Amino acid sequence: MKQIARNPELLKILPHDDILQQCMHCGLCLATCPTYDLTKMERSSPRGRIFMIKSVARGEMELSETFAEEMNFCLDCQACETACPAGVKYGRMVETARVVIDEVGYGGKFGIAVKRFALRKIVASRNTLKFFSRLLWLYQKTGLQKFIRSIGLLKLFSKNLFEIEKLSPVIADKFSDKQIKEVELPYGEVKYKTAFHFGCLMNTMFADINSDTIEVLKECGCKIITPKDQVCCGSLMGHNGDMDFALKLARKNIDAFDKHDYDYLISNSAGCGAFMKDYAHLLDGVPDYAEKAKRFSSKVKDVMEFFDEQKPALIFSSVISKESSTEKSVLKEPKKISLQTRWVQNDIPEKNQAVTYHDACHLLHAQKVGTQPRDVIKSLPGIKYTELEEASWCCGSAGIYNVVRYDDALTQLERKMNNIRNTNAKVVLTGNPGCMGQIKYGTQKFNVDVEVIHPITLIRRMISHK
Amino acid sequence: MTDSAKQKLKSIVGSSNYFDSYEDRMVYSYDGTPTLHQMPEAVVFPTDEQQISDIIKLANEDKFAVVPRGAGTGLSGGSVPVENSIVIVMTKWNKILEVDDKNLTAWVQPGVITGALQKEVEKLGLFYPPDPGSLNVCTIGGNVANNAGGLRGLKYGVTKNYVLGVEMILPNGDLLKTGGKNMKDVAGYNLRDFIVGSEGTLGVITKVLLKLIPKPSQTITLLAYFDKLTDSAQSVSDIIAAHITPCMMEFLDNTTINCIEDYAKIGLPRNSEAILLLEVDGRGSAVAEDAETMKNILKKNNASFIKVATTEEESNKLKTARRTAFSALARKKPTTILEDATVPRSELPVMIEKVTEAARVFDVMIGNFGHAGDGNLHPTCLTDERDKKEIEKAHRAFDFIFNEAIKLGGTITGEHGTGLSKKHFLEKLAGIPGIEMMKKIKASIDENNILNPGKIFTISPKCEGSLPINREQIKDFA
Repeated sequence: MKQIARNPELLKILPHDDILQQCMHCGLCLATCPTYDLTKMERSSPRGRIFMIKSVARGEMELSETFAEEMNFCLDCQACETACPAGVKYGRMVETARVVIDEVGYGGKFGIAVKRFALRKIVASRNTLKFFSRLLWLYQKTGLQKFIRSIGLLKLFSKNLFEIEKLSPVIADKFSDKQIKEVELPYGEVKYKTAFHFGCLMNTMFADINSDTIEVLKECGCKIITPKDQVCCGSLMGHNGDMDFALKLARKNIDAFDKHDYDYLISNSAGCGAFMKDYAHLLDGVPDYAEKAKRFSSKVKDVMEFFDEQKPALIFSSVISKESSTEKSVLKEPKKISLQTRWVQNDIPEKNQAVTYHDACHLLHAQKVGTQPRDVIKSLPGIKYTELEEASWCCGSAGIYNVVRYDDALTQLERKMNNIRNTNAKVVLTGNPGCMGQIKYGTQKFNVDVEVIHPITLIRRMISHK
Repeated sequence: MTDSAKQKLKSIVGSSNYFDSYEDRMVYSYDGTPTLHQMPEAVVFPTDEQQISDIIKLANEDKFAVVPRGAGTGLSGGSVPVENSIVIVMTKWNKILEVDDKNLTAWVQPGVITGALQKEVEKLGLFYPPDPGSLNVCTIGGNVANNAGGLRGLKYGVTKNYVLGVEMILPNGDLLKTGGKNMKDVAGYNLRDFIVGSEGTLGVITKVLLKLIPKPSQTITLLAYFDKLTDSAQSVSDIIAAHITPCMMEFLDNTTINCIEDYAKIGLPRNSEAILLLEVDGRGSAVAEDAETMKNILKKNNASFIKVATTEEESNKLKTARRTAFSALARKKPTTILEDATVPRSELPVMIEKVTEAARVFDVMIGNFGHAGDGNLHPTCLTDERDKKEIEKAHRAFDFIFNEAIKLGGTITGEHGTGLSKKHFLEKLAGIPGIEMMKKIKASIDENNILNPGKIFTISPKCEGSLPINREQIKDFA
């Protein structure tokens, strides 16, 4: 039994009484919690977890396996924060609790060390991530992947490893940080001064989405600065018990962007956007950085949020058809398109494209961006939009949750895929690389015939001339 | 509770349904009621009727208390454990067993979530009206045990109006089946209605037969702002007097408006002293006519702004925001003590003034909102349970409010139940003969006083052990 008394310093970082007291245990969060829905047990609910954190923080309860298990079972999707009328900041509590659990060593020192190494040394370092991604790319391109999958080699080690390997995203042929120039100028006059954070996963695994984002922004009259010295946003580390390292990255990013003149910092990755919007809070009171962080965070916009607010001019040159939607989007030589002063619909749709939208937790719950992407999508010509049942229910991706808790994540994914199947949509739109990877995996695992793309990719396809 | 009793309990439900770690007991030490906590000795999730019966028989032998629990959203402490008790959690009993569209009934397990049932039957063009604020979380079993109300109570009534039959395990372990699909049934005592609202003191509900009605085809939602509190109350009286029965007439005062707006950000008027949220439903042209009459009455009573919700989405947004009122008030202060005083609706304007007076005289912050149409107010004291002086002032304010409600011919609780938090006022309301009858019934059914003891009233001289309440230390309002 690990005694609290041995870790008095650690307990200090747990939320203090005023924050904990804000939860008045009404239970309205229970309905939105994916883990409570599975177990129907109070300890797997936000209310139960807050009570446990409160007891540990007050020294009434000792840290235990049960406590650690429930904190890690939580997806940290923060649906409960959206549901909470009292404004309890649950996500922050759970993340702090995870720091304590990791420090004390629940979950095994080795596991924590591996997780920390992977996040600190691989994800956070762009070159290392690119190196590993290139290895993965080779693995995928050389036919080794096909071979290993066909003989089921990984099954020998564990069934989960065999499944998790399939979760590994398809690596892009070219990484986007090499393709995107530090300063990109719009086609036409400069209407918006923007900056761009290219993310880690977006850069290596979803590089096309970054190219699509840049292209569409250029069409809208955005000058885009993409500082080469930007780093990973730190979100995966912050959410997984390594806040120190996350804040180091935050400071690096703030310094990298602060040198430039821009009004909006565009992010196309919900997790990164959410975390960067949180810098202001996380660095509050830190000398030299508090002010800069506030300025930085206030400029961060999800790309759909930016579109909905600014309603930039775009001409849609083609209405998407079944054929073009399955064609792989590649960065083409841009063609000049004249800009209008508002959304213009110059094509009458011949065939409606059936789409639906899945809320990324870090977009809806963490950033409260929910209506904006829907409004943008619905305003596109030739779109038949169907609302997804339980659109705001977590898909199970949840950062690295689908890797570290494969079975629990799969249960959530199955539910998501059934809902997607019921919409009869051919395209699922979502604004986060994690969700995209997870739902793509779900299309194979549960045999659902849909394409999973970022909304920006849909827009790119509609404006680019064939 | 002895270790051997715990072992027996474990063998009844199986080790995967038995929990007694500190963590598991702690997370069942509360429900939705502020300031009440007590750890149970163990928590069990029985999987069939026989297990519940065996647990209850064991409780009689080994003398421990049994507290049934649904989602734990109650507001009177009904599912807060007592000393030497175990908690029976029914949340996994969540199947809709049958929807009979010939008889318009539904058999459900007690753990079915109220909102989920509504969604399911509405797909078939049917309607289950009771809609407590926590409808997306709370369970039918808990609704029946507390005779839960909701926003639509004015026109459609409360849970008891929709319960046709109940099955439950009695305090001696027997299975009671009462009621059925008959719309008329006068055979013997009306046990069914007696069970509704018994707050888990008479048995553990295992199955419920509910009445459904056809879903109204038309709904119009109105929102009206007022600069004066009394104008809003007068509007309510005038609408009732005009023989219109809206399905909903919700009242919110300025404090509540601001807290909800902080949370929901739907553009409520922060400066208005009160708003009314009204809804009429039904079929045909009568709905629009009623809405028009209501609009005129609101205008006549100086409503500063009247809005008609144009889409279902907009109307749902307003209603959802209203349902969060209680929790949203926690934005101001960490502890929100919500009460449930109800008066005949003609007395509503007086009662609203009395609540304002209580806040002034006892120097406490009170947000007031509620179901104006049926006289059911939810004055909510915004305080901090760590500040003992504040809490005492709050209790004094509520003593005053309850006394005034009783004087006006009202009641101490309209829909939350007596539980622990209001049992001290029950005698004043029910009178000695009333409370004696309740106690005799309880004692004859539950000889050893094992089922949710200490709730509603205290049975003396049998000692229930210490209860999770500190009210005893507070002197009654003179």
